[in-house]
Amino acid sequence: MRLTEHPILEFQRGKKITFSFDGREIEAYEGETIAAALHAAGIRILSRTKSGRARGLFCAIGKCSSCLVTVDGIPNVKACVTLVREGMDVRSQRGPGQIDPHFRPRTAGPPLEQEAEVAIVGAGPAGLSAAKTLLEHGIRPLLFDENPHPGGQLIKQTHKFFGSRAERAGTRGVAIAQELIAEVRGEVELFSGSQVLGIYEDEGRVLAVSQGGRLLLIRARYLVVATGAEERFLLFPGNDLPGVYGAGAIQTLMNVYGIKPGERALMVGAGNVGLIVAYQLLQAGVEVVALVEAAPTIGGYHVHAAKIRRLGVPILTRHTVARALGEERVEGAVIARVDERFQPLPGTEEELSVDLICLAVGLTPSTRLSEVAGAKVAYVPELGGRVPLHDETMETTVPGLYVAGDCAGIGEASTAMLEGRIAALSALERLGRKLRDERQAAQRELGELRSGPFGERPRRGKEKLLSLMKEVALG
Amino acid sequence: MDDPIVCRCEEVTVAEVIRAIEEGYDTLEELKRHLRVGMGPCQGRTCLPLVARILAGKTGRPLAEVLEEISVRPPLAPAPVELFLGGEG
Repeated sequence: MRLTEHPILEFQRGKKITFSFDGREIEAYEGETIAAALHAAGIRILSRTKSGRARGLFCAIGKCSSCLVTVDGIPNVKACVTLVREGMDVRSQRGPGQIDPHFRPRTAGPPLEQEAEVAIVGAGPAGLSAAKTLLEHGIRPLLFDENPHPGGQLIKQTHKFFGSRAERAGTRGVAIAQELIAEVRGEVELFSGSQVLGIYEDEGRVLAVSQGGRLLLIRARYLVVATGAEERFLLFPGNDLPGVYGAGAIQTLMNVYGIKPGERALMVGAGNVGLIVAYQLLQAGVEVVALVEAAPTIGGYHVHAAKIRRLGVPILTRHTVARALGEERVEGAVIARVDERFQPLPGTEEELSVDLICLAVGLTPSTRLSEVAGAKVAYVPELGGRVPLHDETMETTVPGLYVAGDCAGIGEASTAMLEGRIAALSALERLGRKLRDERQAAQRELGELRSGPFGERPRRGKEKLLSLMKEVALG
Repeated sequence: MDDPIVCRCEEVTVAEVIRAIEEGYDTLEELKRHLRVGMGPCQGRTCLPLVARILAGKTGRPLAEVLEEISVRPPLAPAPVELFLGGEG
């Protein structure tokens, strides 16, 4: 169901179009992804596994591959990041799908080659902030993002930000994203809906990018990787059913496309993401039946927790989701108390009638691009998992390769923007600009943002990375 | 289904991973080859951190060491064949 009224957001929909899904005609609006349009039509099962288990949307940002469909004869197209077109023939697929034996690929023509001083991968807060900083100093970067719209997760944040006044505290995330996008639009070359396939050495650094059926070969002297993070998954029976979503997917459906993701929700995880998305579900008219958190205390800000409690959402600490019910899609959930080892305690189960289970159990940095480029990574639990080693200038162990934002360690949008700025300033220094003072000022500001109690974990994580970086430098 | 899925793409369950470890497939590489866990279209982005955790728990090896076994190869995303046909179609 599409939302028409929302307390904060206004949804501007494009032209009405029709496409087909498994032969059935579906109405959609230009600018919607296939997955969003199908959800709006009440279709949650997008494909099936080899054995026939139903698969649906999970991450909604092109990372998990749970939504692969066959589009106009081409299998394995990500429904979550592919825009619908008039007359498109979309079909669900089984396993890896099938290629029509009569299908002949059209020739894409030779690869398009392009050069740039700086390329940025990821147009979220970190990448946009890096692009803006480069523009301020006369460098026009190339900016790549696999999603059809820029802004990353920031365009989905309807709450006002905390933190320092310099980092726009008091402003809603979506407004910050719109400002950033407006500042770079028309100035940077933005490749939306593009996927970086790899990084190769050929007398310099070459990025192979897939976009719109063309291969782009991008030579960039400096590269800022701002690829964000991927949603963590949780192990419980029924966890793969359509209707179990990552929190980011719920935000994408509701806050980007204005689609109500379900009627009754169970939220799993009481960190800031869980608390905030629970509130956003309420804003979209979804009933949040309960919020469970395995830890003994609420992890996120108490202001957020108080807000949803006031609206009648019970927050159950030391509880987890024990099982998702349903054969083809989520029809209910069983929650249970957990013991000290976070295992469900027999006899404490309670059945909830929900059609959607939202997992907000943390994020893992997306490091694959840095890794194929040869950057050394290390496991740093404080930063959410494996992260590329980097120094204070955001440079990795690969010279000229910078990282920023969640892919360099899970943090906040505000710290991601600062890291993007620092990475861009560092690249500019390499290009001969005298910007040391400016960069160091940004580094100090970042330090201040992480000085509070909520910054303690990432601060410790970044310190670990720095000492590992020094070990590498010493050989 | 009582057995949680760990790898959505290749439909591998927690019990299958545990059984394989008990049978002696005690590195991520061996588990991948034996079960295809992490070898589907998402290339293990979601499941390998979870499989690594199970493996570390079962074998007593440090998680950081198990995670070192994750290898990343291009292409990083599914790509249509026409991309590589160049002008030769």
